[in-house]
Amino acid sequence: MAFDYDKYIRPGKLPHIWCPGCGHGIVMKGLIRAIDTLGLDKNNTAIVSGIGCASRLPGYLDCCTLHTAHGRAAAFATGVKMAKPEMNVILCGGDGDGTAIGGNHFIHACRRNIDMTYIIMNNNIYGMTGGQFSPCTPTGAKASTTPYGNPDPSFDVAQLAIGAGATFVARGTAYHATQIDKLIVEAIQHKGFSVVEILDDCPTTYGRRNKFKSVIEMMNRLKDVAVPVKAAEKMTAEQLQGKIITGVLHKVEKPEYTTEYAKVIERAQK
Amino acid sequence: MEKKLPTIEIIEKYCKGCHICVEFCPTKVLEMKGFVASVKNLEACIKCMQCELRCPDFAIKVSA
Repeated sequence: MAFDYDKYIRPGKLPHIWCPGCGHGIVMKGLIRAIDTLGLDKNNTAIVSGIGCASRLPGYLDCCTLHTAHGRAAAFATGVKMAKPEMNVILCGGDGDGTAIGGNHFIHACRRNIDMTYIIMNNNIYGMTGGQFSPCTPTGAKASTTPYGNPDPSFDVAQLAIGAGATFVARGTAYHATQIDKLIVEAIQHKGFSVVEILDDCPTTYGRRNKFKSVIEMMNRLKDVAVPVKAAEKMTAEQLQGKIITGVLHKVEKPEYTTEYAKVIERAQK
Repeated sequence: MEKKLPTIEIIEKYCKGCHICVEFCPTKVLEMKGFVASVKNLEACIKCMQCELRCPDFAIKVSA
């Protein structure tokens, strides 16, 4: 049977606003399948986002949703989780929203290890605002604000999250659609702050400026650069040049913030 | 025994014509008809569901 996505989508919201070939729709499908697999209660699941193309995602989902200020998804979501620790909190947003404008909130949410799942759709650019370069735009790539090539080195979102203290970090791509929901399921199940970076394509503002002839070419690039963690272990540094490792990259157990905070409340009330 | 064919429903209102389903179908079941995808060769369908999984626009539903 075909999977019934309509059960999780607000009636009358489709077709969505994303451009033809944009991978955000594929990620949203993955998220819906993950929510279905885990059997999460729609009324006890909060989807929080900031501003941007990827951040439009909660608007389509029939869960408790919060569309907040640019980059502030982590801040608002922390508030939701602290007020209702039993709630499943899922954040979504793009690379610009998460690592530039909301970079500070992102690293501190990682540091606190609060039990939330952050899905970062990394399409290497600020799509909605007009194709400005983001911290994830590769060096040399063209954007509307770097017409002669981007001189900045780019962020590795997964490494940033690991460095900041996130206890679960995974990476997938929009091409590998079956993997997305598995990674999200594992991330939601993990007790602590989990980050799932999904490499995405932006054919409109990134692809056109960077000589990608079509959406298919962008999807094939994702297919070519992705190397699963297990395969990467057997490869040399030279072979891994220009490749991106996908799968579960980091998983450790650490004290979770809401549980620790409950202890603080208990101590204070003694 | 006659092979049971799946049904592939394409919601034309949702399809934005990105070609993803057409290009990544391993048995070339789909084609572009103008701006939207359509079924060309249903007989060849192996029900791998890749088109449904990769359609970013929720426009394809495959029922086996």
